[in-house]
Amino acid sequence: MNINPEIVTKILCDFIKDEVEKIGLKNVVVGLSGGIDSALSATLATKALGRERVHLYYLPYKTSSSQSREDAQAVADYLKVNLEEVEITNFVEPYFNTQNGMSKLRKGNVMARMRMIVLFDKSAEVGGMVLGTSNKTELLLGYGTWYGDLASAINPIGDLYKTQVWKLSEYLEIPTQVITKKPTADLWEGQTDENELGFSYQQVDKLLFKMIDERYSTEELIQEGFDENFINSIAERIRKNQFKRQLPVIAKISLRTIDRDFRYSRDWGY
Amino acid sequence: MINISLAQIKPSLGNIAKNAEIHFKHIEDAIKKNQDLIAFPELSLSGYNLRDLVYDVALNEESNIIQRLKEYSKEISIVAGFVYEDNRHLFYNSCGYFESGKIVHLHKKVFLPNYTMFEESRYFAAGNNFKAFDTKYFKCGMLICEDALHLSSILTLSRQNVDTIFVVSNSPARGIFEDSFYPKELWYNTLKYIATNLTVNVVFVNRVGVEEGVTFWGGSTAFSPFGKSIIELKLFDEQVKDITFDRKEIRRARIHSPFFRDEDFKMVKKFVEDFGDSNEH
Repeated sequence: MNINPEIVTKILCDFIKDEVEKIGLKNVVVGLSGGIDSALSATLATKALGRERVHLYYLPYKTSSSQSREDAQAVADYLKVNLEEVEITNFVEPYFNTQNGMSKLRKGNVMARMRMIVLFDKSAEVGGMVLGTSNKTELLLGYGTWYGDLASAINPIGDLYKTQVWKLSEYLEIPTQVITKKPTADLWEGQTDENELGFSYQQVDKLLFKMIDERYSTEELIQEGFDENFINSIAERIRKNQFKRQLPVIAKISLRTIDRDFRYSRDWGY
Repeated sequence: MINISLAQIKPSLGNIAKNAEIHFKHIEDAIKKNQDLIAFPELSLSGYNLRDLVYDVALNEESNIIQRLKEYSKEISIVAGFVYEDNRHLFYNSCGYFESGKIVHLHKKVFLPNYTMFEESRYFAAGNNFKAFDTKYFKCGMLICEDALHLSSILTLSRQNVDTIFVVSNSPARGIFEDSFYPKELWYNTLKYIATNLTVNVVFVNRVGVEEGVTFWGGSTAFSPFGKSIIELKLFDEQVKDITFDRKEIRRARIHSPFFRDEDFKMVKKFVEDFGDSNEH
């Protein structure tokens, strides 16, 4: 589970630089939430490309906590990159007002998708790629909004568990206040990831690493001391969220269907 | 003394014209430096994660790029990787040894990895032999990446009296832990073993760059017949470095460590006869 931060940093910085430059772009766009995942993506991008080529945005809703703004600003200050604030309240409220009794979840999804719209628009403005900020833990658990925060052009941190995100962030000397704060999607007041999920990232990462990376069977995981119900509920979450990790499924008619027997890498010709 | 350039390049995926230019530039530089040989990585002319591009980037003896490489090989020997299409329209992950205006040897990758992130046997036909070949400088064997991780390849090459083995590779960076960098450990252990225990020169050229989120780690290297590391190219970055092999080193190593002399192929033959050639035992 412990990674070599020096080698991982080199690989991720090269990845960002290579992917951006090979298609002829110069810049990247990152939405800073005040949390550690976006701080790490932004830090890697700044290391890879230099501060002039990184564009940071803070996209609050009216209920977003002031702590989030302070933390996003602390990251921008640390990187010496300008942080532009675009409040999304006025964009999402008109829609909310047309709906009756919207759940917190629905509202949260709309906000995540609104932020996606702003970031992709800004990417067109500055000629940049939108950098993903979803880590491996979230991707496996499906803890993210499809076509919202899960949407990006390239994701440097999607193969790092949350525990590894913290470790790499310490190595990169990201401001401590961002590393030690409780993870939150900040979609409503007082929300924390771990309360919502019902377990800690430390706990679930230990399980995920053995289950996914080391391919332990359920029996072996029980022998390792994991609770059977916990194992089964996590396995079920991973299974149910497979759709979020894929393109929409296409009904096959022809001899060559996109992504099934029309198979090219994304880096085709670059 | 034989002077070899290790060209740790970053091919562009499916952009064969661009990759050919990269080759020609490094070949010309090496000729200017009076090098005897220049070695490029696996699939150096095409890139790795080709999928359906395999059929578009395939070359044969008549292709212009191959003709150009043959021309250059009148001045310098060249090891380069490409997709080879034979006259039956089978496609191979191949590596050519170009010398004196011709392809002296074309190795077709035998062991096509098709597990975890690899899907080579979906696209490529497999070669079926490891044939030693004579060049101006060496009795050579050629291994493409996975080939080198099998006992049968090094056993059969050794039996054919090779003194130098080229291992060309597209090894991805994966499994990066605090106390180990898995692919580098795997490869350096393997290469060192081959060099020491076959008492041969080993040249390893691995690519760099990123394809589809997969980073190739470089770290091209060479080992003497004593298993001594001669050079280590950078991890992850493009680099061309020169080495020199001394033919006398093989003699010295084989006097010091006569493993090659003492190998018992009769016993191997008997084993296969008695035991069969199935994996099922």
